Amino acid sequence: MDGYTSSELVSIFAMQGFAGISLFSVLLLMALGLAIIFGQMGVINMAHGEFMAVGAYTTYFMATLTETYFPAFMPYYFVFAIVVAFFVSGILGYLAEFALIRHLYKRPLDTLLATWGLSLIMQQSFRSLFGAREVSPTLPEWLLGSYQPTDMIDIPLNGMFVLGLTAVVTLAVYYLMFKSRWGLRVRATTQNRVMSDAVGINTKKVDRYTFALGCGIAGIAGAAFTTIASTGPTTGTLYIVDTFMVVVFGGAASLFGTIASAFSIAQAQSILEFFISGSMAKVYTLLALVLILMFKPEGLFASKVRR
Amino acid sequence: MSFVYEKIMGGKKGLIGFIILAALILVIFPLFLDSFRLNLVGKYLTYAFAAVSLVLLWGYGGILSLGQGIFFGLGGYAMAMFLKLEASSPENTAIQSTPGIPDFMDWNQLTELPWFWEPFTSFTFTILAILIVPAAFAYLIGSAMFKRRVGGVYFAIITQVIAVILTVLIVGQQGLTGGINGITDLRTLNGWDITSDSAKNIFYFINAALLLMVILASRVVLTSKFGRILLAVRDKEDRVRFSGYDVANFKIFVFCFAAMISAIGGAMFTLQVGFMSPSFVGIVPSIEMVIFAAVGGRMSLIGAVYGTLLINFGKTTFSESFPEMWLFLIGGLFIAVVMLFPNGLAGLWDDYGHHITNKLRFIAKGFSKLVPQSMLRKVEDAR
Repeated sequence: MDGYTSSELVSIFAMQGFAGISLFSVLLLMALGLAIIFGQMGVINMAHGEFMAVGAYTTYFMATLTETYFPAFMPYYFVFAIVVAFFVSGILGYLAEFALIRHLYKRPLDTLLATWGLSLIMQQSFRSLFGAREVSPTLPEWLLGSYQPTDMIDIPLNGMFVLGLTAVVTLAVYYLMFKSRWGLRVRATTQNRVMSDAVGINTKKVDRYTFALGCGIAGIAGAAFTTIASTGPTTGTLYIVDTFMVVVFGGAASLFGTIASAFSIAQAQSILEFFISGSMAKVYTLLALVLILMFKPEGLFASKVRR
Repeated sequence: MSFVYEKIMGGKKGLIGFIILAALILVIFPLFLDSFRLNLVGKYLTYAFAAVSLVLLWGYGGILSLGQGIFFGLGGYAMAMFLKLEASSPENTAIQSTPGIPDFMDWNQLTELPWFWEPFTSFTFTILAILIVPAAFAYLIGSAMFKRRVGGVYFAIITQVIAVILTVLIVGQQGLTGGINGITDLRTLNGWDITSDSAKNIFYFINAALLLMVILASRVVLTSKFGRILLAVRDKEDRVRFSGYDVANFKIFVFCFAAMISAIGGAMFTLQVGFMSPSFVGIVPSIEMVIFAAVGGRMSLIGAVYGTLLINFGKTTFSESFPEMWLFLIGGLFIAVVMLFPNGLAGLWDDYGHHITNKLRFIAKGFSKLVPQSMLRKVEDAR
């Protein structure tokens, strides 16, 4: 740490830490959807990144529409875009489950191949609909700008907004999965499908809505993603491995584990990035994760189950 | 002899399949394709090594590795490093500020050869490295995972992450690895010009012969007692474990064997194509290799070769004429393979192939009724 004064170091940590929090928010939003789909249902959804891209493109589409037809609505469209992104991705997820996933519940490794095929089709659709170059929506005024607690620290507002959004979504997921009747049915179905069927739970319906919910949350992640980076047809692929890593590292069925692992991965990467190159930061972060997973194959916060 | 016939060739059916494949790649392709297309097929056949390795690992072992690109890349890079050092002799690189080191190192202000490049001046070492380094790496990963009973989905994800780590590392360490461009501009192998058409043809035949040998070797492994235990592990791992076998060792062995096969493919790729880059190491190529095996049939070593050829031919023809259709097509194919014919082309043949042969036999029977019985008797007698 030579060459930096202590106050500089504090600012670096604050700034990089906050950059890490933006990454954490998107990773967590992505991972929440995947934790439901992979952690609860056991489906390896390689198209999850593309469902996020659907959310991002929906936001872009809404922004363009608003800009052209109702410029006066610009300050408020983003909130609606989040909701629309949730529903568009969710409905697509519902259809994907109906057409594809439901036939493959007994063959988890095959869901990987089928959803990889789905992701290729979705990528090409983005390219055909929106072009190959990256796009980013015009953000409302109130999301730009930044907050400056000291001279050296500069915290962008969009990051704070995304953080708030993440908190809301996480709480909603927590309530849905662990406090509501519906969540009870989901957990019952995933733990013992036959028994759940026997006690009168419509397990097929539960599966379909669970998958749709996971994809819908990916759509929200996509809307949030547009505030920090631009979206291209292959954006989803870039994030899918990281997201799987978050879910696996945290312990597939544990909500707290997912949060903790998204936070540690994002922070490790973001802070390391300042001191060594970005690519090496990623290498070290992932390497550390693989090593830890070798000692704790079930993830950091796996629920203890007898198997 | 009967051992060879039954075990390695797989009886009559296996022998016929093998002969057809050998005739196709050793005789028919070289006769009917110009040297450009033949070189393309040669490139596809190097991927087929990886696909065959996945049949062993995934079809028979039940272990889905999404990291065969790692081993393909290790083999390919080992060969590329040797060729690059040969291409950067002090005379050839006299214009550099430090002559005698590969050009990309010079661009990245390196003044001496990194230590791990040093031994690659030896051809023998390179060949050993192609076989041993990937196997050793696979042993490390395999023993760390299988001994702790990490399997299935988790294994797939972790191998995928390792593939990402390796790609990022190669791309990031430009001075040591050539970065995103990879190791290019390879010219000679022990003084022999590898860019000429005749050299490429020779590599094609070496490549095809090696592939056939790898298929035979895999058959030996699969028909041995080891192969049968491997199948048992795939189907009921716990039961095999309770019978007193160390399940992990079987998985580690097949993982190392598969890694070695993929690495041979990678090394042949470098020779055939003349360069190696990180785009053959990461997630996308690794998943594509799984698809080759899946389309060909995850339970068929020969099917994997056909799957590889078919997909790559399709990719080349389609992406030339309808670039935007190709992804839709291949995506749809993935889905169709998984949902409609999980055993791939080989499975289709098994399901419908005997239908065709039965029909032929039926027609032949009909014909035999038309032929006077006395003539048939003569044929019988002659036998």
